[in-house]
Amino acid sequence: MSDYLTGDPIADTKAPAGPLENRWDERKFAAKLVNPANRRRHRVIVVGTGLAGGSAGATLAEQGYHVVQFCFQDSPRRAHSVAAQGGINAAKNYRNDGDSVYRLFHDTVKGGDFRARESNVYRLAQVSAQIIDQAVAQGVPFAREYGGLLDTRSFGGVQVQRTFYARGQTGQQLLIGAYQALSRQIDAGNVELHARTEMLDLVVAGGRARGIVARDLVTGEITTHLADAVVLATGGYGNVFYLSTNAKGSNATAIWRAHKRGAHFANPCFTQIHPTCIPRSGEHQSKLTLMSESLRNDGRIWVPKRAGDPRPPGEIPEDERDYYLERLYPSFGNLVPRDIASRAAKNICDAGLGVGPGGLGVHLDFADAIARLGRPAIEARYGNLFDMYQRITAEDPYTVPMRIYPAIHYTMGGLWVDYDLQSTIPGLFVIGEANFSDHGANRLGASALMQGLADGYFVLPATVNDYLGSTPLDDVPPSVVRDVETEVRDRITRLLAVPGTRSVDAFHRELGLLMWDHCGMSRTREGLRKALDRVPELRAEFWRDVRIPGGGEEFNQELEKANRVADFLELAELMLVDALAREESCGGHFREEHQTPEGEALRDDENFAHVAAWEYGTPPVLHREELVFEHVHPTRRSYT
Amino acid sequence: MNLTVRIWRQAGPAAEGRMVAYPVEGVSPDMSFLELLDVLNQRLIEAGDEPVAFDHDCREGICGSCGVVINGQAHGPERTTSCQLHLRSFADGDVVDVEPWRAKGFPVIRDLVVDRSALDRIVQAGGYVSAPTGSAPDAHATPVPKPDADLAFDNATCIGCGACVAACPNGSATLFTAAKVTHLSLLPQGGPERASRVLDMVEAMDAEGFGGCTNTGECVASCPKGIPFSSITTLNREFLAATRTR
Repeated sequence: MSDYLTGDPIADTKAPAGPLENRWDERKFAAKLVNPANRRRHRVIVVGTGLAGGSAGATLAEQGYHVVQFCFQDSPRRAHSVAAQGGINAAKNYRNDGDSVYRLFHDTVKGGDFRARESNVYRLAQVSAQIIDQAVAQGVPFAREYGGLLDTRSFGGVQVQRTFYARGQTGQQLLIGAYQALSRQIDAGNVELHARTEMLDLVVAGGRARGIVARDLVTGEITTHLADAVVLATGGYGNVFYLSTNAKGSNATAIWRAHKRGAHFANPCFTQIHPTCIPRSGEHQSKLTLMSESLRNDGRIWVPKRAGDPRPPGEIPEDERDYYLERLYPSFGNLVPRDIASRAAKNICDAGLGVGPGGLGVHLDFADAIARLGRPAIEARYGNLFDMYQRITAEDPYTVPMRIYPAIHYTMGGLWVDYDLQSTIPGLFVIGEANFSDHGANRLGASALMQGLADGYFVLPATVNDYLGSTPLDDVPPSVVRDVETEVRDRITRLLAVPGTRSVDAFHRELGLLMWDHCGMSRTREGLRKALDRVPELRAEFWRDVRIPGGGEEFNQELEKANRVADFLELAELMLVDALAREESCGGHFREEHQTPEGEALRDDENFAHVAAWEYGTPPVLHREELVFEHVHPTRRSYT
Repeated sequence: MNLTVRIWRQAGPAAEGRMVAYPVEGVSPDMSFLELLDVLNQRLIEAGDEPVAFDHDCREGICGSCGVVINGQAHGPERTTSCQLHLRSFADGDVVDVEPWRAKGFPVIRDLVVDRSALDRIVQAGGYVSAPTGSAPDAHATPVPKPDADLAFDNATCIGCGACVAACPNGSATLFTAAKVTHLSLLPQGGPERASRVLDMVEAMDAEGFGGCTNTGECVASCPKGIPFSSITTLNREFLAATRTR
């Protein structure tokens, strides 16, 4: 049997034709509106309270909709956007350094290795400036210059300084801004918040998304919430790898269940490996910690030229160090995009030149920057990151170079959406990292915060209006609700009934290692095939041998994890099928069979300039969306 | 290294709790405190016992989910979150007591997990700037002096973990509330709602059953983000000024 079937092509029908710079205005003008007095009669469910979900919930409620919002954490302020460190891009051109909406658009399409839609990316660049205005108005304390104006810095893959930041806690500060806006609407009665509540299925009636089935994580109660539209803002699926920089609770359950109900899943194999994470310290490792990409502004990456050089790094003279990024990519140096920096680190370590335990690390050295700018300047820029590094490794990065190694960080793939951010299920909208829309095969640094907030504050509210204003809805038949609820309950009952011996984490670790080895930084047909044989076996073992203590009608963290891991075990297979089908290298997807003689990614625009949108099925069905580049001509990405 | 952890076990909000001792052998000094609990839980599950429930998420010290009292101190002996505390802070053979946050405002849900939603309700009462999406002027329309912006930032770094409440002999949420009031009152954007914000937030704080502040400063000593004691002074000053003008 073939791994997949090929279905009809798919297309985005919502983006207007015509000049790129007018498309978003035209779409907003063509969009139906809902009379302000009628809006409160519409219920909109928003799942997730990160930058995308928090900003969407707050904005929809401000517009007058009745928002019902969910998060699995105990408070909306804890969504994993909170951990984003470095910054947020915006085409403000406050530096007068040649930045513009067009340049941000261009950089993002190129950075994504020409696998993103031009219309979407251009809109993202257009609204980016408004995001900064909005955040400042909310009281987000961005870094400022002595004149009182906002400071900016550079990030990987670009040559302008367009990244706004709040020390190393930009995600936290932006999230608190959105959380406070949401809190204001909760207090006003416009948002009904369900914290510690996890979506376990989507209710589809009459072909439209009409609600969700959710589990109260404290009591275990299963309830259905109905609405006129459902918005998923549930983040990425990086935890399929077990070890990642995601939060422990980050999961793919909401998008995976929606996929099984009919939402196509796009480009699942596009995962991002972040080059600068703290290397793992042992078997007990439960997650990996990122060191912001912004550190590459002032830190220099190197390894000793001699493998296994026993001297402390400070005693290795300059001419015996290999600053390999500066050597290989002289014009971008340490600020090459993430995929390129990660692969370079892997190649160096594979060649036996890595440092630290197991040789899985490279130095990120601040000695030059400290000598040039002084320690206080470095403290002001990165103090909290240095503290965090020291706490985790017990090494002082002010005097000893950091050790870093790549780790799974972000997933560019996600549910397929059109220009309106609507999935293939009418009424189901997907925003932020949960969708696939803007980053192609590789996301540039400081663009995740930009996209999450662009979607939530500015894009979704306009397009949800159009849907609600133009769609007559009937009541949801009780039988539909009953059926979905029954499926959810049955699954929990089945999980709890497995008379197994192995913990959920044991299965998750095994899956993660398998995916890291065969679907991580570098992929081969043989390896993917091997993993594709193993994942279904592992899934069968899980359902035969998992042990979940406790019951369903109580606070049960093992059950929560089991629910999520059961979905990861299904999603992993689709990732492998997608990675196998994409016979090219692009961005985060590096197939060893497809590389240049210098070892760089070799794209195949002739056959693969498309989005792979997968329909659920056994086997899955591939629908291709051809990508058309009218403005940015695909070239081989060069950062040399 | 080998440790013995004595952990508060409580099956549910109404159940009676007790300390239970568990020896955990062969752990590494490089493990985080939560990874110690992970190891213990894996062993409990394998032995057919109920694992210890505890809140955690990012494990990078920024989400504010985790938080337990370790040997009587909120987040333990180092000034950081429980997830960023490492076993190298303990000695081989130590007996370590682990309890949930204990405060009237934080009822226990199970074992080490407590309900901190009261903190959200304090923010909902006024811890925001009313700036609906789309209404914002250009970000550079109002310069903010760097010292104000920096101090606002220091206060905005609060992660809402609740350690201040757990550490306070009165179970007071004053430092938490003070951080938000200080953050927003320092910025020009927060100016128009300055008076109503402090009054509404303090009222909400009192209504949630948190105790009053008696300036003992335990909150500051346990705060993983270093929110300064002076913020409480700011809160009091803002409250007094708002009360007078009302």
